[in-house]
Amino acid sequence: MKLKKNIALSDTGFVFDPSTGNSFTVNPIGLEIIGYLKEGRNAEEIKREITARYETDGPGFEKDLADFVNMLQKLKLTDGNGKATD
Amino acid sequence: MKKQAYERPIIQKLNTGLMNKYGTKTEYEPVTHIDGHAVHDLLQAHGSPLFVLSEKTMRQAFRDANRAFKTRYPKVQFAWSYKTNYLSAVCNVYHQEGSWAEVVSGFEYRKALDNKVPGTKIIFNGPAKTGEELELAIRHDSLIHIDHFDELYSLTQLAENMNRRPRVAIRVNMDTGVYPMWDRFGFNYEDGQARDAIHMIVQGDKLELVGLHCHIGTFMLSPSAYGVAAAKLSQLVMEVKKTYGKTLQYIDLGGGFASKNTLKGSYLQGVDACPTIDQYAEPICTAILNAGFTEDELPLLILETGRALIDEAGYLLGTVVSNKRLADGRRATILDFGVNILFTSFWYDHRISPAQPFGQYTEDAVLYGPLCMNIDVVREHITLPPLKKDDRVVVHTVGAYNMTQWMQFITLRPAVVMVGKDQTVSVVRKRETMASIQQEEQVPEHLKHPDL
Ligand SMILES: Cc1ncc(COP(=O)(O)O)c(C=O)c1O
Repeated sequence: MKLKKNIALSDTGFVFDPSTGNSFTVNPIGLEIIGYLKEGRNAEEIKREITARYETDGPGFEKDLADFVNMLQKLKLTDGNGKATD
Repeated sequence: MKKQAYERPIIQKLNTGLMNKYGTKTEYEPVTHIDGHAVHDLLQAHGSPLFVLSEKTMRQAFRDANRAFKTRYPKVQFAWSYKTNYLSAVCNVYHQEGSWAEVVSGFEYRKALDNKVPGTKIIFNGPAKTGEELELAIRHDSLIHIDHFDELYSLTQLAENMNRRPRVAIRVNMDTGVYPMWDRFGFNYEDGQARDAIHMIVQGDKLELVGLHCHIGTFMLSPSAYGVAAAKLSQLVMEVKKTYGKTLQYIDLGGGFASKNTLKGSYLQGVDACPTIDQYAEPICTAILNAGFTEDELPLLILETGRALIDEAGYLLGTVVSNKRLADGRRATILDFGVNILFTSFWYDHRISPAQPFGQYTEDAVLYGPLCMNIDVVREHITLPPLKKDDRVVVHTVGAYNMTQWMQFITLRPAVVMVGKDQTVSVVRKRETMASIQQEEQVPEHLKHPDL
C-alpha cells in the first residue's frame, strides 16, 4: 500500500493532502476505496468488498479500479513510484 | 440483500480561488425524454446516433418571433433560410406557418419548388447563381437578390433575351458597428456602390427594383446593429423615392439572430448571452417606423431568420463507446458521433446531458467523436457525471446547420426523426446505407478486380 500516510479524509468526500496543500473531492465509491487503501488492503480485497455490495462485476470493476489508482498516482497521492495496490 | 447502484470511482482536484477553466457543473438532471419519448426507445427504434426534431418547438419559436415583430410593425414576412435546415419536412413546417423560402443555390431553389412554394414567394440570394438558375427564377417570377455587378449585367441580358422584367433587389453591405464587417457579399453602402447599382437598375429599365436586402452577419449578439441596418436601408428606400419617384416594396434584413448555444471562447453561457427575439425586434421596428415613411409607404419587412427558429428544436442522441485516460490524467470519453455529423461543434460548446440518472459527483473530461482523426473533438472541456460504455447522451440545440453541413466522412449519416405536434414519431430522413453512397460511384472496367 503506497497511499501517502498523512492524507486526510472527510466523510463527505473531501480529501486533503497536507504535503502539497491540494484538496480533492471524491464520490462515495472513491472515498470507500481510498479508505481501504489507507487500511493497506490490496486490489483483490477491494474488489471483493465492492462487488459484494454494488451492482458491478469483477472485470468491470478491476478496470475502474486500475484507472482510479492511476489517477491517484497522477495526482501525487501515492508514495514513491510503486503501484498503490501492490 | 439488494445491491447498491454502482458509479465508477472518481477523484477531482479542487482549484480554490481560481476560475475553473473547465467551467462549472451545468447538468443537474438527466434528460430521459424528448417531447414525451424516451431517449432509450428512440435509439432502440432508429439506431444510434439519431437526430430528433421537435415540431412543437419549431412552431412555438416561429410564433414567438412572428408575434414579436407583428406586435411592433404592421407588415412582416418571414422567409425560411433553406441552408439552415432544408429537410423538406422542416421547410414545410415553416411554410405552413406562413414563411416564404429563402434560397442560395439552384439546388435549394429546386427544393423550394419541389416543396410547392410558389415562385413568387421564393427569394433567391447568393453570389454564384448560374445563368440557367437565373432563367428558372425569372420564369417563376421569384425575387432575385443581386450580389455583384457581373450578376447585374447577366440578369439584364437575360431579361432582354427572355423579354421579361425580373423582380430584383440588391444586397447591401454596410458598417453597423459590428466587426469584422461583412463586405464580401453585395454592394457597399458607405462607398456609394449600392447607389451606383440602384442607378444602373433604374436607368437600365430592364429590371424591376422592388426591394433592398442585407444580411449583416450570423450569430449576431448585438440587437442594436440591426437597428443601424434597418435605419440605413430605410434611408436608401427614401432616397430612391426622392431621386427616381420609385416606391420600393420591401426591406429584407436577412438572418443572423443568435440561438441559445454557447460560442467557443465565450465567457457567458449561451442561454445568458442570447438576446430574446423581442430584443431584436425592438430596434429594427423602431428604426423603420422612425425613418419618415408615410403610413402607406411603410415597406414590408422581410426576415430570413434561420438558426433562432430551429436550433433549440433539434437534439442529437448518441451513445458512449468507451472511456479512456489521457497521458496528462484527463478523462476522455469516446462517443458514437463526432464532427462529421455535429458540424457545429467547431463553433459551439454544445450542452450535453446524460440520458440516465446520475449522482452528484462530476469529473472533467474531453469528449471525442468516433473518427480516427485528431480533429474529431466534440467538447474540449466538459464537466459531467461519470459516463460508462453504452450510456446515452443528449446534445442540445443542434437544429441549425448540422443536418445540412454534416459530412459523409468515414461513416454513414444517421436517421433524422421528427416528433410531430400530435406526438407521433416520423422518420424525415432515413439512415444512410452502404447502397445509398455506393450508387453514385462508377468503376472503370480495368479497375473492377483488385487482383490481389
Ligand atoms: C442571406 C442569408 N439569409 C439568412 C441566413 C440565415 O442566417 P441565420 O441562420 O444566422 O439566421 C443566412 C445565413 O448565413 C444568409 O446568408
